[in-house]
Amino acid sequence: MSARLTTSPRRGLLALTTTVAVGALVLAGCTSNEAPQAEGTAASSAPAAVSDNDDDGDTVVIGFSAPAADHGWMGAITSAAKAEAEKYPDVELRVAEGTNDVSLQISQIETFINDKVDAIVLLPFDGAALTEVATQAMDAGITVINVDREFSSPFAARTTVLGDNYGMGVSAGTYICEELGGNADAVVAEIAGIDSLPLTQDRSQGFSDALSDCGLTVSNRVAADFTIQGGETATANLLQAAPKIDAIWNHDDDQGVGVLAAIDSAGRDEFFMVGGAGSANVMESIKAGDSVLQATVVYPSTQAADGIKLARLIVQGKSMSDLGSLGVPRQVQLYAPVVTQENVDLYLPSAFQS
Amino acid sequence: MSSQHVSAKPSPAGAGPQGAPTATRPRRTLLRGSSGRSIGLVLALVVLCVVGYVTGGERFASVDNLMTILRLAAALGVLSIGMTFVITGGGIDLSVGSVMGLATVWATTVATQTMAQDFHWIVMVLVALAVGTACGLINGVLIAYGKVVAFIATLAMMVGARGLAEMIANRQTQPVKVRAFLDFFRAEVLGIPALVWMFVLVAVAGWVLLNRTTFGRRTIAVGGNPEAARLAGVNVKRHTMYLYGLAGLAAGIAGVMMLVRTTAGSSTTGQLYELDAIAAVVVGGTLLVGGRGTIGGTVLGVLIFTTLTNVFTLNNMSISAQSVAKGVIIVVAVLLQQRFAARGRAT
Repeated sequence: MSARLTTSPRRGLLALTTTVAVGALVLAGCTSNEAPQAEGTAASSAPAAVSDNDDDGDTVVIGFSAPAADHGWMGAITSAAKAEAEKYPDVELRVAEGTNDVSLQISQIETFINDKVDAIVLLPFDGAALTEVATQAMDAGITVINVDREFSSPFAARTTVLGDNYGMGVSAGTYICEELGGNADAVVAEIAGIDSLPLTQDRSQGFSDALSDCGLTVSNRVAADFTIQGGETATANLLQAAPKIDAIWNHDDDQGVGVLAAIDSAGRDEFFMVGGAGSANVMESIKAGDSVLQATVVYPSTQAADGIKLARLIVQGKSMSDLGSLGVPRQVQLYAPVVTQENVDLYLPSAFQS
Repeated sequence: MSSQHVSAKPSPAGAGPQGAPTATRPRRTLLRGSSGRSIGLVLALVVLCVVGYVTGGERFASVDNLMTILRLAAALGVLSIGMTFVITGGGIDLSVGSVMGLATVWATTVATQTMAQDFHWIVMVLVALAVGTACGLINGVLIAYGKVVAFIATLAMMVGARGLAEMIANRQTQPVKVRAFLDFFRAEVLGIPALVWMFVLVAVAGWVLLNRTTFGRRTIAVGGNPEAARLAGVNVKRHTMYLYGLAGLAAGIAGVMMLVRTTAGSSTTGQLYELDAIAAVVVGGTLLVGGRGTIGGTVLGVLIFTTLTNVFTLNNMSISAQSVAKGVIIVVAVLLQQRFAARGRAT
């Protein structure tokens, strides 16, 4: 686990708001007036599912710090957080300049502590390195929300919002199983990101677990490096290694540009491809349906936005309205949904530019 | 066995026009080195191909796969040929990978692509070449006239060019929208991809330039003994500047090739390519201290690395295993090279 703290989704992961929390709030907002029984979500156990969570409350000052926006996904993290904060008149967001310098990020948090903010939403460059200062903030009575890269101590954050790399692999593998419909001889290829990263290993593990569930294995596996050029090189060789392929999962939509270039230049189209992270151009291309790209699995870039919402709830002493229990949960792990042509319109607005 | 090749070759490669009077000694070592080691490299490549054929069968030994290998080798090959000149001239260029990335970004900005659409796709090519050459010349001026150590000057360019590329691209992917550009460079001529033709042309031009022209003789002279070259009337400073300009131009060409391959410009393009290029050059038999260079060896070095990746992927083996194999090849090649160099001095 500690390994997961230090590294983390480096790039190209994407956005979408499937967290229970966000979904729940939106839903509650829509139904609060008079809840027509229509599709009656099972959640309505209480006689009147009314939530005042979005109503104006005491002003909450939230400090926000994240690594430098050096790839599309990370850029979307900060912009989604800002956009979320603007929806609430009672939230005052202070955004620190994104940095990959651990000591600078620590001093940003120290400044927030001195300023006596109510809450800090922190996507640390290195979870372990920021644990101590986050603990200090908690000790000072500040609500700390940890996003994406976990701290190494449970005392360093009130609530942690995480993506699910293993789940991405599972979603991709399960989708491919369904699409291949029990063809036991199917050739499935995998184009991973940087192999030494725990997140890549988690994704691959989830993928192979899901495939073995329907009797398939990864026939050919190559690793690129999250860059376009790495994706192109790995794929060009992969296509030579496997003259006939039924399905490909590519871990990362950024390197996917290169993957598609290689497929295009080899003139191959006997397979379908599933992407990873969910960039806007990948979703456009799924929507257009004019390439081998048939689906992508999402790694939400709205995690920090979720963190903002949860921080506000916690500081105002509210609970998540779609949960029966009181108090915002300790940890929220987001779902990695499969985006296909059918549901792409739902996800396109929250996709990030790679 | 290798020693025989080294000492016994009165190779015809030495019979070029006499440009630099001081070149006698370096030239002799050049002859001995390149032909002897090239045979070793060819052998290594053959062994690799045999392994590929035995393990991969038809998948390896197809025209399609051969073209894939050559296409993938092309960009690194061009970069390495530029690097061969710099290293032969006694320098080093750590910036070529970054410069290549910068060239892909600059050639795909909205402004460039709009101009290319309005006028002709050649604009993109010219921009890439100009950016590469300019960066190379800046390196050259700093090193030759500013007396900055090559390692430091090009290290600075490596970091700076990458940063500039990130600023211009805003760290985003810039897809090539000019269809005509892609159509032209993705075409095949006589069943061979345009990229491979470009690689061949650059290699031939590089070979002629190094082995058959005054420029090449001077390069070897400057690398072998700059003081002697200066006394013999070579403008060492100006020549050094040209060498880095040449490496930059090669990086620009490689940038164009990368654009064709990936269909997008990106500030991440070319990461660590400078090291791959240096490795290929050294494995090829060019002396890292300068004074001896071989284009043929460099091309073989690039082909060995690219074929290695191909064979490993055919056998579904991991990147890590490839890296180990690459490391072993580099060490063995340099060990052999040292032995050759020692013998060369002894005779």
